[in-house]
Parts: sequence; C-alpha cells; structure tokens
Amino acid sequence: MVTLATSRSQANAVPQSTVAALEPSPVLSVENLEVTYYTDLGRARALDQVSFTLRAGQKLGMVGESGSGKSTLALAMMRMIKPPGRIEGGRVVIGGTDLIGLDEQGMRHARLNKIAYIPQGAMNSLNPVMRIGSQMVDAVKAHLPDEPRSAVQERCYHALRSVDLDPGVFRMYAHELSGGMKQRVCIAIGILLRPSVIIADEPTSALDVVTQRQVMETIDRVQDEINAAVILIGHDMGLMAQFVDAVAVMYAGRLVEISSVREMFTDPKHPYAQALISSLPNLDNKGVFKGIPGLAPSLLRLPSGCAFHPRCPNAMETCTAVSPDLLTLANNRRVACHLYDAETVS
Amino acid sequence: MSSLLELRNVSKVYTKGLINAQPTVALRQMSLTLNEDEPTILTVAGESGSGKTTLAMLLLGFIDPTVGEILYKGKNIKSLTGEDRLAYRREVQAVFQDPFAVFNPFYKVDHLLTVPIRQFKLSKSKAETQDRIHEALTAVGLRPEDVLGRFPHQLSGGQRQRINVARALLLRPRLLIADEPVSMVDASLRANILETLRKLQRDYGVSIIYITHDLTTAFHIARSIVVLYRGGVMEAGDVDRVIKTPQHPYTQLLVDSIPWPNLDQQWGEHPIIAREAGGSDPGACPFMSRCPKAMDICKVRPPLYQLDRHQAAACYLHDKQAEVGDERLSDLLPV
Repeated sequence: MVTLATSRSQANAVPQSTVAALEPSPVLSVENLEVTYYTDLGRARALDQVSFTLRAGQKLGMVGESGSGKSTLALAMMRMIKPPGRIEGGRVVIGGTDLIGLDEQGMRHARLNKIAYIPQGAMNSLNPVMRIGSQMVDAVKAHLPDEPRSAVQERCYHALRSVDLDPGVFRMYAHELSGGMKQRVCIAIGILLRPSVIIADEPTSALDVVTQRQVMETIDRVQDEINAAVILIGHDMGLMAQFVDAVAVMYAGRLVEISSVREMFTDPKHPYAQALISSLPNLDNKGVFKGIPGLAPSLLRLPSGCAFHPRCPNAMETCTAVSPDLLTLANNRRVACHLYDAETVS
Repeated sequence: MSSLLELRNVSKVYTKGLINAQPTVALRQMSLTLNEDEPTILTVAGESGSGKTTLAMLLLGFIDPTVGEILYKGKNIKSLTGEDRLAYRREVQAVFQDPFAVFNPFYKVDHLLTVPIRQFKLSKSKAETQDRIHEALTAVGLRPEDVLGRFPHQLSGGQRQRINVARALLLRPRLLIADEPVSMVDASLRANILETLRKLQRDYGVSIIYITHDLTTAFHIARSIVVLYRGGVMEAGDVDRVIKTPQHPYTQLLVDSIPWPNLDQQWGEHPIIAREAGGSDPGACPFMSRCPKAMDICKVRPPLYQLDRHQAAACYLHDKQAEVGDERLSDLLPV
C-alpha cells in the first residue's frame, strides 16, 4: 500500500512514468529534498535527500526524536524555512506543480489551496482580538477575492460543521473556546480551500487523551470528506498505530525506514525502528522500561557513515564508513541500513 | 504508623467576579494520607481542569485550601515555623512539567544544584557539595562531567528534566510531587525518567505523587491511582484493577481513549459526548452531562462505592455495593 519514490541510486534507473502507470498517480511526491541551516558553529544538514510519495486519502505518520528533522520537513514542504536555513535542492510536487520552483506569489497561492499546515500548538496561533469568523474570512479572501460574501460565509460554516463545531463559533473569540475546540478551528481553517495535502505537526501534543481522540477523529473524518493526503508528525507511536496507514521513521535528517503500519509494528527492519517499537509500553509488560541508549547526534557533528551507528546494536564495519542508501525491500518497504544490502529488490 | 502528609477534607474553591461571584470547585473534599514508612507511588490522573495541579499546589503549600487542613507530620503546614518549616520545604520536593522553563538561562546548571545545598546548609565544605552533586547526578543516570559547567541550552530536554529530578534528590526528600514530568520529553527518554523515578521510590524510600493525564505511564510506574474529574474523585484504587477493569463511565472513557501502540486494540468504542462549556449543577455528579449512562438519580452527587478491597467508584451504577466515606480514600490505595 505504500508507494514510495525513488532513492538517490534509483532516481535515474526507474523513470517516474513507469511507476505511475502501475499505481494510481500520487498526489504528493517529495524528491531529494535537502535543507541546511548555516549557523555560526557550522552547517547543519537538517534534511538529507528525503524522498517519498503519497496518494490521495493516504495517511503517513512521520516519527523521530526531537531534532530529527520532522518539523523541518513540514516547513520545507510549505517553503517556510527561515534563514539561516535554506532549501538546497529537491522538489515537492503536488498535482503536477513543483512548489520549490514557484515564485513567492505562486507559493502564497499554493499554501492553504494545495497544501495546508497545522503547526504544533496551533491553538496559540489564533488572533486573540479577532473573531474566529473574521480570521476564517481573511484566509478565504486572500485566495478567492471574487467570491461573494454569502458564499465565503457558507464555506466557513461548512468547514466548522465538518470539524463538529457549532457555526456559532464563527462569532466567538479564541479565549471563549477550549483547547480542543481551538485546535479544531485550526483544522477548519486548514480545510477551507480543500487542499490535497494536509500536514499536521503534533496536533494533539498539548491535549489530554479524550480531547486527543476527538481531534484525531475530526482529522480522519475531514480527510475522508475532501480526500486529502495527510502527514501526521509526532512521536507518539500509540497515536500512529491508531491513525496512520504507513509510518516513516526519521533519524538525523534522513528517512531510515518507511513501512505500512502493520509491518512497522510487527516486523520493523531498521535497528532504530526496532528500538523504538520495543520501547513501547503496553498492558502486558508492566514496569518494564526500555529506553533507547545514547543520545541523538548533533546535526553539526554527525557521526561518519550511518548516523545511527554509535547507538546501533548491530553496527558493522561498513556502517562507520558508508552512509546507507534507502533500499527497497519486498512489499515495497524502504530501509536505509546495511543489514539489508543483500535483500534489495530492484 | 505515622503519617507523612495528610489531607483532611480539603476543598479549594476559586471565585470569579465581584458582584455575582461564581464559585468553581477545583478540588472537593479530598482526604488522603501518605504514610512515613511505606514509600509508594500514587498517580493522580484526570484531564485538564480536573484539579490535579491544584492538588499539587496545595501539597507544596503554594496555595491555601479554602476548607480543611493539610498536615505534615501531624502539623498544619500553614502554621509551621522555624526548623519545622525548613524541614517541610526540604522534604517535599517538586518536579514540574516543563524542563525548559525552570532554568535561568544566564546561569550554568551547577547553580540550580548548589543553591539548595547552600540554602539548607547541607554540606560543610566545597568538596562535600561536589560529592553530593555527583552522587545525585549519578543516581539519575547522568554523567556529572557531561552536564556540570554547561548552560541549560546546551542540554537536551531529557537531560534537563533529569537534572530537575537530581536537584530534588539532592535534598533527600521524603515526598516528591511530579506534575506531568514526562509530557514534554521524547518517548525514548520518557522511559529513562520514569525508571529514575521508580528507582527513587525503591532505593531511596521516597514517596511519589505522580500527576498526569497519561494513563499509559501511570499504569507502568504507579501502585495506586486516583482519577479526578472536575475536582471530584471518580474512581480510586489499585492501578492494575482500575486501568484493566475500569468501573466508572469516566474512567472507561479515559482508558478507551488511550492510543495503545497495538494494531489489534481498536481505539474508542465509547462515543465521546462533548463537554459543556459552562459549569454544571454543583450538586450533581460532575460527569453527568457527558455520561452515556446518566440517570435521574445522578442529579445528586454519588458517594464512592466499594467494589473491591482496592477499588471504588463514585457512580450509582454500583449502588448495590457498600459506601465508602470520602475520608477513607487512603484505605483503598495499596502501598
């Protein structure tokens, strides 16, 4: 079920069109995206050759420790990387348009229209002195200046109803709403123009479990309604198990594994993914705490070869020297690890 | 068996507005005893607005109860003076939610560790201070040479949170109040911090009140649990029983909403009834407006009904069982 694009080594070997002929064409394809932060202490490669594709209606979970590049990926796709960061290369193609190649005006138009972003702590991004409605109308007006007022309003009401909020919220201020309601308002704003891709960056990290479930159910329903592809960024594997179709694991700016959610939970391939899965709590192993030993590497001083090798229980000699490519295994799984060099499916 | 800390029928009410004062009950008639010679880990769970942080603030003496009293080793914490007060301040320590906010960015992390030693006059010489700091850092799994002499921004969230635990440990506390200590750190570091907390209880005899909305970690670390909703106790008892076989509709909703990392365990069989924005009738069961099983009788607040030696729920669905008085809450909690 996961179609994932081409890694460095195969980008030239397999033309995109052959893949497209076999599968329904992807709504989003990210190709070799690279982001670097130029700091006083040196260059930090925050995203290194990240490639994947998503089809309409698909849900991809993006997991990794803080500093692994999850949020940078979201910002890069929105072209919202600020200096000292720079997008060094790659493409983000949505419906045939490469966002990276657009001019500023074109990108402004694409945001919200093609790709919507629900940032971390989105509920704090609402303007406290404007009614929710005015903020929603602003967003629509910026994209559809000619739409008549009644149609704009109808669009906003519809979005609010889609996220299970009373249209009365339209006339309210942010402080009159609870955390979960504010988060749902942000989702409503995100879907106003029916984008084909929605990126949600830890949409529930500040909410309690019941509200979290409500918000995730809302995203699920809204996605069905507009048939968008969703990227859910987070580090809660429990949430991923309950929500996404496929999981991508990031480590030190690179994708190290992409698998369907079932394969990820039952048979993770990359040693980091294995450690992540085995550190999960459940009802049967009470009192067993298994963390992942070691610390995430600094992006300024990445270890040689595979960035995970200092913490990896299976590290071999090649790991210290050669950085592994994202290989394709059976079932269209992708892993960047030398353990599987022999199992590659071409 | 002497009590370390005792809550006697404590309520905290906040009022809003001058003329038409509207009371909000943040904590209602809570009685709880922690014994001195039986270190335990007690979880206080509930969603935002359930009163769990109010409870922490009361225990730490940051706010005063509206009704009732809080006793530390038999003395009301409000009337503690001199040495007693110092002892209470030293022996009841806290670890807060945000490991980023508690550090002063202008000082090296050593500052956070040396100030309490100086304040409580715990050591006689510089060498002893250093020894104590090294001991505390090692106990929480940090290498002193990795963290000492650094500024907070040079450390990861997990390291900072463990320094907070080390700071608390330095003072040889009897009771640690941990208010959402892991909700802001990565999943992989969460395990380390929880393990550290459990070691404190096991090896150093520190009782821990673990305040959280995350029932997964609560299940793994705690021995007993109290589930709060809008200031009232909904269910209490042995953590295994309460989480595996929840009896109160609110606890059932909470447990049902945990996203277990298990593909065969489906999320959410019980539908969620939206929470009313305003306050409900103060005399009724606080969960009534959201309860799928609400009955007419729920307009009167139910008492706790004992379901087992170590489990009780405040719900009329169990009114065949014997009632338990609020003041006997501690008897339900295993140590």
